[in-house]
Amino acid sequence: MRHRRDHKQLSRSTSHRKALLRNLVTALFTHERIETTVAKAKETRRLAERLITFAKRNDLHSRRLVARVVHGETIVKKLFDEIAPMYATRPGGYTRILKTRRRLGDNGEMGVLELVKSPEQRAEDRRRKEEAAAAKAPAPEKKGNLLEQLAGKK
Amino acid sequence: MALPKRRHSSTRRDKRRGQWKLEAPSVSRCNHYRSAKRPHYVCPQCGYYNNEEIVAVHE
Repeated sequence: MRHRRDHKQLSRSTSHRKALLRNLVTALFTHERIETTVAKAKETRRLAERLITFAKRNDLHSRRLVARVVHGETIVKKLFDEIAPMYATRPGGYTRILKTRRRLGDNGEMGVLELVKSPEQRAEDRRRKEEAAAAKAPAPEKKGNLLEQLAGKK
Repeated sequence: MALPKRRHSSTRRDKRRGQWKLEAPSVSRCNHYRSAKRPHYVCPQCGYYNNEEIVAVHE
């Protein structure tokens, strides 16, 4: 019988599990894509979807409800200002889980939990990434020079 | 308490164990890279799933 079994326990006490899910959901909103075990991803998805729906309401009460879970004001702000508007017209299903591999050591099922994005948002992300890479470009050159210097010394 | 009345012969034991068989793992093919992969998993060779999702390209 699986009556009234609402969620997975994830082999943790209530407080441990709550802390874990808070950490995972904060990591998801920070990085927009995280890799964990599929079991953890599925539990995190429930919480993340609920929080995004709160954030779409965009009032003070919903902001306080979200801040009770998500660590850090900056991430709460990001959720309300950047993430929630992406899903203004999407009725749920804001996240996606993809299975990636079996973890070495315990053969755990690993997956990627990510925020679903439209092609335009992806193009925007790519553009930002390239800009960041362009700003950082001189750094790898330095490394090459150092290697040459070392080779020259020998 | 129920107890075995007689010892089972080695033949009976081995006949029982003769039914233990390994199953072949199910394998599917990556649409993008044409390599073998687990069904419902991201292709470990190219990091693609459903022809488009780039998840982890490392080469």
